[in-house]
Amino acid sequence: MAEEVKLFRTWSSGYALRIVWALKLKGIEYETIFEDLTNKSPSLLQYNPIHGKVPVLVHDGKPVCESLVILEYVDETWKHNPLLPQDPYEKSMARFWANFGDDKLMKSIWQLFIAREKDQDVAAVEALENLKLVEEQLKGKKFFHGETIGYLDLAFGWFADFVSILEEIMSLKLVDGERFPHLSSWIQHFMDAPVIRDCWPPRDKMIIKYQVMREKYLAAATPK
Amino acid sequence: MAASDVKLLGARPSPFVNRVQVALNLKSIDYEFIPQNLADKSELLLKSNPVHKKVPVLIHGGQPISESLVIVQYVDEVWSGPPSLLPADPYDRATVRFWAAYIDEKWSPLVRNLINATDEQSKAAAAEKVFEGLKLLEDAFVNSSKGKGFFGGEKLGFLDVVLGCYLGWVRAGEIITGLKILDETKTAALVGWAERFTSNKAVDGVIPEPEELANFMKMQARAAAAADASSK
Repeated sequence: MAEEVKLFRTWSSGYALRIVWALKLKGIEYETIFEDLTNKSPSLLQYNPIHGKVPVLVHDGKPVCESLVILEYVDETWKHNPLLPQDPYEKSMARFWANFGDDKLMKSIWQLFIAREKDQDVAAVEALENLKLVEEQLKGKKFFHGETIGYLDLAFGWFADFVSILEEIMSLKLVDGERFPHLSSWIQHFMDAPVIRDCWPPRDKMIIKYQVMREKYLAAATPK
Repeated sequence: MAASDVKLLGARPSPFVNRVQVALNLKSIDYEFIPQNLADKSELLLKSNPVHKKVPVLIHGGQPISESLVIVQYVDEVWSGPPSLLPADPYDRATVRFWAAYIDEKWSPLVRNLINATDEQSKAAAAEKVFEGLKLLEDAFVNSSKGKGFFGGEKLGFLDVVLGCYLGWVRAGEIITGLKILDETKTAALVGWAERFTSNKAVDGVIPEPEELANFMKMQARAAAAADASSK
Protein backbone atom coordinates (compact mmCIF):
# COMPACT_ATOMS: atom_id res chain seq x y z
CA MET A 1 0.00 0.00 0.00
CA ALA A 2 1.54 3.28 -1.07
CA GLU A 3 1.79 5.57 1.90
CA GLU A 4 2.10 9.30 1.66
CA VAL A 5 4.29 10.92 4.27
CA LYS A 6 5.08 14.62 4.27
CA LEU A 7 7.14 16.61 6.73
CA PHE A 8 6.80 20.36 7.11
CA ARG A 9 10.01 21.79 8.49
CA THR A 10 12.44 24.68 8.36
CA TRP A 11 16.11 24.45 7.45
CA SER A 12 17.19 25.13 11.03
CA SER A 13 14.53 23.80 13.40
CA GLY A 14 15.95 21.34 15.91
CA TYR A 15 12.42 20.15 16.64
CA ALA A 16 11.90 19.22 12.99
CA LEU A 17 15.30 17.48 12.89
CA ARG A 18 13.98 15.02 15.46
CA ILE A 19 11.46 13.82 12.91
CA VAL A 20 13.92 13.83 10.00
CA TRP A 21 16.15 11.53 12.03
CA ALA A 22 13.28 9.31 13.18
CA LEU A 23 11.99 8.81 9.63
CA LYS A 24 15.49 8.12 8.33
CA LEU A 25 16.27 5.67 11.15
CA LYS A 26 13.08 3.80 10.24
CA GLY A 27 13.84 3.99 6.53
CA ILE A 28 10.59 5.76 5.71
CA GLU A 29 10.26 7.65 2.44
CA TYR A 30 8.78 11.09 2.79
CA GLU A 31 8.39 14.42 1.06
CA THR A 32 9.92 17.50 2.66
CA ILE A 33 8.21 20.86 2.60
CA PHE A 34 10.45 23.69 3.76
CA GLU A 35 8.58 26.54 5.38
CA ASP A 36 9.48 30.17 5.81
CA LEU A 37 7.95 30.98 9.17
CA THR A 38 7.74 34.67 8.32
CA ASN A 39 5.49 33.69 5.40
CA LYS A 40 3.66 30.52 6.36
CA SER A 41 2.10 28.44 3.63
CA PRO A 42 -1.67 27.92 3.58
CA SER A 43 -0.96 24.19 3.92
CA LEU A 44 0.94 24.65 7.16
CA LEU A 45 -1.82 26.81 8.60
CA GLN A 46 -4.40 24.29 7.49
CA TYR A 47 -2.53 21.35 9.04
CA ASN A 48 -1.52 23.16 12.23
CA PRO A 49 -4.14 25.84 12.76
CA ILE A 50 -3.63 26.12 16.51
CA HIS A 51 0.11 26.69 16.65
CA GLY A 52 1.15 27.31 13.02
CA LYS A 53 4.52 25.75 13.81
CA VAL A 54 6.87 23.14 12.46
CA PRO A 55 7.34 20.26 12.46
CA VAL A 56 4.09 18.84 11.15
CA LEU A 57 3.98 15.27 9.90
CA VAL A 58 1.18 14.54 7.46
CA HIS A 59 0.52 10.82 7.04
CA ASP A 60 -1.99 9.92 4.34
CA GLY A 61 -3.49 13.39 4.66
CA LYS A 62 -3.75 13.38 8.47
CA PRO A 63 -1.57 15.90 10.33
CA VAL A 64 0.34 15.24 13.55
CA CYS A 65 1.81 18.21 15.41
CA GLU A 66 4.27 18.75 18.28
CA SER A 67 7.62 17.03 17.78
CA LEU A 68 7.57 14.71 20.82
CA VAL A 69 4.02 13.66 19.95
CA ILE A 70 5.13 13.03 16.36
CA LEU A 71 8.10 10.94 17.57
CA GLU A 72 5.78 8.62 19.50
CA TYR A 73 3.39 8.50 16.53
CA VAL A 74 6.22 7.50 14.19
CA ASP A 75 7.41 4.88 16.67
CA GLU A 76 3.92 3.40 17.13
CA THR A 77 3.05 3.44 13.43
CA TRP A 78 6.29 1.97 12.08
CA LYS A 79 7.22 -0.53 14.75
CA HIS A 80 10.60 -1.73 13.40
CA ASN A 81 13.80 -0.17 14.80
CA PRO A 82 11.98 1.00 17.93
CA LEU A 83 12.95 4.41 19.31
CA LEU A 84 11.32 4.14 22.73
CA PRO A 85 12.08 1.40 25.26
CA GLN A 86 9.44 -1.32 25.54
CA ASP A 87 9.45 -1.48 29.33
CA PRO A 88 6.84 0.93 30.77
CA TYR A 89 9.16 2.24 33.48
CA GLU A 90 12.01 2.88 31.04
CA LYS A 91 9.53 4.49 28.67
CA SER A 92 8.34 6.79 31.46
CA MET A 93 11.91 7.79 32.20
CA ALA A 94 12.43 8.61 28.54
CA ARG A 95 9.31 10.79 28.46
CA PHE A 96 10.31 12.46 31.73
CA TRP A 97 13.79 13.38 30.47
CA ALA A 98 12.51 14.54 27.09
CA ASN A 99 10.18 16.93 28.94
CA PHE A 100 13.08 18.04 31.11
CA GLY A 101 15.16 18.71 28.02
CA ASP A 102 12.48 20.90 26.47
CA ASP A 103 11.12 22.59 29.61
CA LYS A 104 14.19 23.09 31.79
CA LEU A 105 17.40 22.51 29.87
CA MET A 106 16.46 24.36 26.71
CA LYS A 107 15.11 27.36 28.62
CA SER A 108 18.21 27.63 30.81
CA ILE A 109 20.60 27.29 27.85
CA TRP A 110 18.66 29.96 26.00
CA GLN A 111 18.66 32.29 29.03
CA LEU A 112 22.43 31.95 29.15
CA PHE A 113 22.71 32.54 25.42
CA ILE A 114 20.81 35.83 25.52
CA ALA A 115 22.17 37.04 28.88
CA ARG A 116 24.07 40.27 29.00
CA GLU A 117 27.67 39.85 30.09
CA LYS A 118 26.97 40.93 33.65
CA ASP A 119 24.12 38.42 33.93
CA GLN A 120 25.96 35.47 32.39
CA ASP A 121 27.35 34.07 35.63
CA VAL A 122 23.92 33.81 37.20
CA ALA A 123 22.37 32.32 34.04
CA ALA A 124 25.22 29.82 33.85
CA VAL A 125 24.43 28.41 37.31
CA GLU A 126 21.06 27.00 36.30
CA ALA A 127 22.32 25.84 32.90
CA LEU A 128 25.20 23.98 34.51
CA GLU A 129 22.95 22.38 37.14
CA ASN A 130 20.70 21.08 34.37
CA LEU A 131 23.69 19.85 32.40
CA LYS A 132 24.90 17.92 35.46
CA LEU A 133 21.57 16.09 35.59
CA VAL A 134 21.87 15.13 31.93
CA GLU A 135 25.49 14.06 32.48
CA GLU A 136 24.31 11.64 35.21
CA GLN A 137 21.80 10.09 32.83
CA LEU A 138 24.58 9.23 30.41
CA LYS A 139 26.86 7.47 32.92
CA GLY A 140 27.88 4.04 31.64
CA LYS A 141 26.07 4.53 28.35
CA LYS A 142 27.12 5.49 24.83
CA PHE A 143 23.69 6.85 24.00
CA PHE A 144 20.77 7.63 26.32
CA HIS A 145 19.22 4.18 25.89
CA GLY A 146 22.47 2.21 25.66
CA GLU A 147 24.37 1.17 22.58
CA THR A 148 21.96 2.43 19.92
CA ILE A 149 20.34 5.76 19.19
CA GLY A 150 16.79 6.17 20.42
CA TYR A 151 14.08 8.61 21.40
CA LEU A 152 16.04 10.55 24.01
CA ASP A 153 19.03 11.03 21.73
CA LEU A 154 16.71 12.51 19.11
CA ALA A 155 15.02 14.65 21.77
CA PHE A 156 18.37 16.04 22.97
CA GLY A 157 19.88 16.12 19.49
CA TRP A 158 19.37 19.88 19.05
CA PHE A 159 21.66 20.34 22.03
CA ALA A 160 24.59 18.44 20.48
CA ASP A 161 24.73 20.99 17.68
CA PHE A 162 23.68 24.11 19.54
CA VAL A 163 26.33 23.78 22.25
CA SER A 164 29.22 24.33 19.85
CA ILE A 165 27.35 27.19 18.17
CA LEU A 166 26.75 28.88 21.53
CA GLU A 167 30.35 28.29 22.58
CA GLU A 168 31.68 29.85 19.38
CA ILE A 169 29.38 32.89 19.47
CA MET A 170 29.87 33.54 23.20
CA SER A 171 33.56 32.55 23.28
CA LEU A 172 33.05 30.33 26.26
CA LYS A 173 33.33 26.63 27.00
CA LEU A 174 30.04 25.29 28.36
CA VAL A 175 30.45 21.53 28.05
CA ASP A 176 34.07 20.86 28.91
CA GLY A 177 35.39 17.31 28.81
CA GLU A 178 36.58 17.39 32.41
CA ARG A 179 33.35 18.50 34.05
CA PHE A 180 31.06 16.67 31.60
CA PRO A 181 32.95 13.65 30.26
CA HIS A 182 29.85 11.60 29.43
CA LEU A 183 27.97 14.49 27.86
CA SER A 184 31.02 15.45 25.79
CA SER A 185 31.41 11.90 24.65
CA TRP A 186 27.70 11.63 23.77
CA ILE A 187 27.91 14.84 21.74
CA GLN A 188 30.81 13.45 19.73
CA HIS A 189 29.16 10.09 19.11
CA PHE A 190 25.84 11.63 18.20
CA MET A 191 27.19 14.37 15.91
CA ASP A 192 29.05 11.76 13.86
CA ALA A 193 26.56 8.90 13.93
CA PRO A 194 25.36 7.53 10.59
CA VAL A 195 22.02 9.02 9.53
CA ILE A 196 22.36 11.77 12.15
CA ARG A 197 25.44 13.43 10.69
CA ASP A 198 23.98 13.85 7.20
CA CYS A 199 21.14 16.01 8.45
CA TRP A 200 22.78 18.85 10.34
CA PRO A 201 21.93 22.28 8.97
CA PRO A 202 24.90 24.21 7.51
CA ARG A 203 27.00 25.40 10.44
CA ASP A 204 27.97 28.76 8.95
CA LYS A 205 24.31 29.58 8.33
CA MET A 206 23.48 28.57 11.91
CA ILE A 207 26.24 30.76 13.34
CA ILE A 208 24.96 33.76 11.41
CA LYS A 209 21.33 33.08 12.32
CA TYR A 210 21.98 32.76 16.04
CA GLN A 211 24.47 35.60 16.14
CA VAL A 212 21.86 37.91 14.64
CA MET A 213 19.21 36.62 17.03
CA ARG A 214 21.47 37.13 20.03
CA GLU A 215 22.34 40.65 18.99
CA LYS A 216 18.64 41.48 18.69
CA TYR A 217 17.94 40.17 22.21
CA LEU A 218 20.93 42.01 23.69
CA ALA A 219 19.91 45.23 21.98
CA ALA A 220 16.35 44.92 23.21
CA ALA A 221 17.41 44.30 26.82
CA THR A 222 16.74 47.52 28.73
CA PRO A 223 19.97 49.00 30.05
CA LYS A 224 19.82 49.58 33.80
CA MET B 1 -1.69 -5.93 43.60
CA ALA B 2 -0.92 -5.12 47.23
CA ALA B 3 -1.72 -1.54 48.17
CA SER B 4 1.75 -1.14 49.65
CA ASP B 5 3.26 -1.77 46.23
CA VAL B 6 1.67 1.38 44.81
CA LYS B 7 2.14 4.66 46.60
CA LEU B 8 1.15 8.14 45.49
CA LEU B 9 2.88 11.17 46.93
CA GLY B 10 0.40 13.97 46.53
CA ALA B 11 -1.50 16.95 47.79
CA ARG B 12 -5.29 17.09 47.60
CA PRO B 13 -5.67 20.50 45.89
CA SER B 14 -3.35 19.60 43.03
CA PRO B 15 -5.17 18.81 39.77
CA PHE B 16 -2.05 16.97 38.64
CA VAL B 17 -2.25 14.67 41.66
CA ASN B 18 -5.99 14.27 41.07
CA ARG B 19 -5.26 12.97 37.56
CA VAL B 20 -3.26 10.09 38.95
CA GLN B 21 -5.91 9.34 41.58
CA VAL B 22 -8.63 9.19 38.93
CA ALA B 23 -6.47 7.03 36.66
CA LEU B 24 -5.75 4.56 39.48
CA ASN B 25 -9.44 4.54 40.42
CA LEU B 26 -10.48 3.86 36.81
CA LYS B 27 -8.14 0.88 36.77
CA SER B 28 -9.35 -0.25 40.23
CA ILE B 29 -5.83 -0.20 41.61
CA ASP B 30 -5.36 -0.09 45.36
CA TYR B 31 -2.79 2.42 46.43
CA GLU B 32 -1.51 4.26 49.45
CA PHE B 33 -1.96 8.02 49.30
CA ILE B 34 0.83 9.77 51.17
CA PRO B 35 -0.14 13.43 51.60
CA GLN B 36 2.73 15.87 51.20
CA ASN B 37 3.30 19.24 52.83
CA LEU B 38 4.64 21.27 49.94
CA ALA B 39 5.79 24.06 52.23
CA ASP B 40 8.03 21.60 54.07
CA LYS B 41 8.98 18.85 51.65
CA SER B 42 9.55 15.36 53.01
CA GLU B 43 12.73 13.35 52.58
CA LEU B 44 10.70 10.82 50.63
CA LEU B 45 9.49 13.45 48.14
CA LEU B 46 12.94 14.95 47.69
CA LYS B 47 14.42 11.51 47.18
CA SER B 48 11.66 10.39 44.80
CA ASN B 49 11.59 13.50 42.62
CA PRO B 50 14.98 15.16 43.11
CA VAL B 51 14.80 16.98 39.76
CA HIS B 52 11.54 18.91 40.28
CA LYS B 53 10.68 18.21 43.95
CA LYS B 54 6.99 18.27 42.99
CA VAL B 55 3.90 16.14 43.32
CA PRO B 56 2.52 13.86 42.04
CA VAL B 57 5.05 11.07 42.31
CA LEU B 58 3.91 7.49 41.81
CA ILE B 59 6.10 4.93 43.52
CA HIS B 60 5.50 1.48 42.07
CA GLY B 61 7.48 -1.43 43.47
CA GLY B 62 9.91 1.11 44.89
CA GLN B 63 10.44 2.91 41.55
CA PRO B 64 9.36 6.56 41.39
CA ILE B 65 7.69 8.12 38.37
CA SER B 66 7.03 11.86 38.13
CA GLU B 67 5.01 14.25 35.92
CA SER B 68 1.27 13.64 35.83
CA LEU B 69 0.97 12.96 32.09
CA VAL B 70 3.93 10.55 32.25
CA ILE B 71 2.40 8.80 35.27
CA VAL B 72 -1.07 8.42 33.72
CA GLN B 73 0.44 6.86 30.59
CA TYR B 74 2.57 4.58 32.79
CA VAL B 75 -0.53 3.45 34.70
CA ASP B 76 -2.28 2.73 31.40
CA GLU B 77 0.67 0.71 30.11
CA VAL B 78 1.44 -1.29 33.25
CA TRP B 79 -2.17 -2.11 34.07
CA SER B 80 -3.04 -2.62 30.45
CA GLY B 81 -6.37 -4.38 30.97
CA PRO B 82 -9.64 -2.55 30.41
CA PRO B 83 -10.52 0.18 30.65
CA SER B 84 -7.80 1.55 28.37
CA LEU B 85 -7.13 5.20 29.04
CA LEU B 86 -5.42 5.98 25.75
CA PRO B 87 -6.96 4.94 22.44
CA ALA B 88 -5.44 2.01 20.57
CA ASP B 89 -4.89 3.70 17.21
CA PRO B 90 -1.59 5.64 16.89
CA TYR B 91 -3.27 8.62 15.22
CA ASP B 92 -5.90 8.87 17.95
CA ARG B 93 -3.13 8.56 20.56
CA ALA B 94 -1.24 11.41 18.89
CA THR B 95 -4.44 13.46 18.94
CA VAL B 96 -5.02 13.02 22.68
CA ARG B 97 -1.35 13.70 23.43
CA PHE B 98 -1.53 16.87 21.34
CA TRP B 99 -4.56 18.12 23.28
CA ALA B 100 -3.02 17.18 26.63
CA ALA B 101 0.03 19.28 25.75
CA TYR B 102 -2.23 22.14 24.61
CA ILE B 103 -4.25 22.00 27.83
CA ASP B 104 -1.18 22.09 30.08
CA GLU B 105 1.09 24.39 28.09
CA LYS B 106 -1.35 26.84 26.54
CA TRP B 107 -4.83 26.74 28.07
CA SER B 108 -4.24 26.33 31.80
CA PRO B 109 -1.84 29.32 32.01
CA LEU B 110 -4.69 31.36 30.48
CA VAL B 111 -6.99 30.25 33.29
CA ARG B 112 -4.35 31.14 35.84
CA ASN B 113 -3.97 34.59 34.27
CA LEU B 114 -7.72 35.07 34.50
CA ILE B 115 -7.87 34.07 38.14
CA ASN B 116 -4.92 36.31 39.01
CA ALA B 117 -6.15 39.34 37.02
CA THR B 118 -6.25 42.37 39.24
CA ASP B 119 -8.31 44.87 37.24
CA GLU B 120 -11.49 44.60 35.14
CA GLN B 121 -9.72 45.31 31.85
CA SER B 122 -7.11 42.59 32.18
CA LYS B 123 -9.77 40.24 33.57
CA ALA B 124 -11.92 40.76 30.45
CA ALA B 125 -8.94 40.26 28.14
CA ALA B 126 -7.87 37.13 30.00
CA ALA B 127 -11.44 35.77 29.94
CA GLU B 128 -11.59 36.23 26.16
CA LYS B 129 -8.48 34.10 25.74
CA VAL B 130 -9.85 31.40 28.05
CA PHE B 131 -13.07 31.25 26.05
CA GLU B 132 -11.17 31.01 22.75
CA GLY B 133 -9.29 28.05 24.15
CA LEU B 134 -12.48 26.46 25.42
CA LYS B 135 -14.00 26.71 21.95
CA LEU B 136 -11.07 24.69 20.60
CA LEU B 137 -11.55 22.16 23.39
CA GLU B 138 -15.27 22.02 22.67
CA ASP B 139 -14.48 21.09 19.04
CA ALA B 140 -11.93 18.55 20.23
CA PHE B 141 -14.59 17.06 22.50
CA VAL B 142 -17.15 16.79 19.72
CA ASN B 143 -14.61 15.13 17.41
CA SER B 144 -13.25 12.83 20.08
CA SER B 145 -16.47 11.71 21.76
CA LYS B 146 -18.23 10.83 18.50
CA GLY B 147 -21.62 11.45 20.07
CA LYS B 148 -20.84 9.68 23.33
CA GLY B 149 -20.42 11.18 26.79
CA PHE B 150 -16.67 11.52 27.19
CA PHE B 151 -13.54 12.42 25.26
CA GLY B 152 -12.77 8.71 25.53
CA GLY B 153 -16.18 7.79 24.10
CA GLU B 154 -18.46 5.67 26.30
CA LYS B 155 -15.95 5.63 29.12
CA LEU B 156 -13.48 8.09 30.63
CA GLY B 157 -10.18 8.25 28.79
CA PHE B 158 -6.89 10.08 28.97
CA LEU B 159 -8.21 13.48 27.89
CA ASP B 160 -11.17 13.29 30.27
CA VAL B 161 -8.70 12.75 33.11
CA VAL B 162 -6.31 15.46 31.88
CA LEU B 163 -8.92 18.19 31.42
CA GLY B 164 -11.46 16.97 33.96
CA CYS B 165 -9.09 17.30 36.88
CA TYR B 166 -8.86 21.04 36.19
CA LEU B 167 -12.59 21.41 36.84
CA GLY B 168 -12.05 22.10 40.53
CA TRP B 169 -9.76 25.01 39.67
CA VAL B 170 -12.20 26.20 37.00
CA ARG B 171 -15.09 26.25 39.47
CA ALA B 172 -12.89 27.93 42.08
CA GLY B 173 -11.92 30.45 39.42
CA GLU B 174 -15.61 31.15 38.79
CA ILE B 175 -16.08 31.89 42.49
CA ILE B 176 -13.02 34.16 42.63
CA THR B 177 -13.68 36.08 39.39
CA GLY B 178 -17.48 36.08 39.50
CA LEU B 179 -17.40 34.94 35.86
CA LYS B 180 -18.92 31.85 34.30
CA ILE B 181 -16.00 30.04 32.68
CA LEU B 182 -17.92 26.93 31.64
CA ASP B 183 -20.90 28.57 30.05
CA GLU B 184 -23.68 26.60 28.36
CA THR B 185 -24.29 29.47 25.95
CA LYS B 186 -20.67 29.21 24.78
CA THR B 187 -19.55 25.60 25.18
CA ALA B 188 -22.67 23.54 25.81
CA ALA B 189 -21.05 20.19 25.06
CA LEU B 190 -18.27 20.80 27.57
CA VAL B 191 -20.78 21.86 30.24
CA GLY B 192 -22.59 18.53 29.83
CA TRP B 193 -19.28 16.67 29.83
CA ALA B 194 -18.14 18.45 33.00
CA GLU B 195 -21.23 17.30 34.89
CA ARG B 196 -20.79 13.72 33.71
CA PHE B 197 -17.09 13.76 34.61
CA THR B 198 -17.58 15.16 38.08
CA SER B 199 -20.31 12.67 38.94
CA ASN B 200 -18.34 9.66 37.71
CA LYS B 201 -17.53 7.04 40.35
CA ALA B 202 -13.79 7.22 39.71
CA VAL B 203 -13.80 10.96 40.36
CA ASP B 204 -15.92 10.81 43.49
CA GLY B 205 -14.13 12.36 46.46
CA VAL B 206 -10.97 13.17 44.51
CA ILE B 207 -11.33 16.80 43.51
CA PRO B 208 -11.82 19.12 46.48
CA GLU B 209 -14.94 21.31 46.59
CA PRO B 210 -14.64 24.61 44.69
CA GLU B 211 -15.03 26.68 47.86
CA GLU B 212 -12.15 24.83 49.50
CA LEU B 213 -9.98 25.33 46.42
CA ALA B 214 -10.96 29.01 46.14
CA ASN B 215 -9.86 29.57 49.74
CA PHE B 216 -6.67 27.67 49.11
CA MET B 217 -5.91 29.77 46.03
CA LYS B 218 -6.63 33.00 47.90
CA MET B 219 -4.27 31.89 50.67
CA GLN B 220 -1.58 31.09 48.12
CA ALA B 221 -2.04 34.49 46.45
CA ARG B 222 -1.71 36.24 49.82
CA ALA B 223 1.41 34.24 50.66
CA ALA B 224 2.93 35.07 47.28
CA ALA B 225 2.12 38.77 47.69
CA ALA B 226 3.65 38.75 51.18
CA ALA B 227 6.79 37.04 49.89
CA ASP B 228 6.98 39.63 47.11
CA ALA B 229 6.56 42.52 49.52
CA SER B 230 9.14 41.21 51.97
CA SER B 231 11.72 40.62 49.25
CA LYS B 232 11.61 44.24 48.03
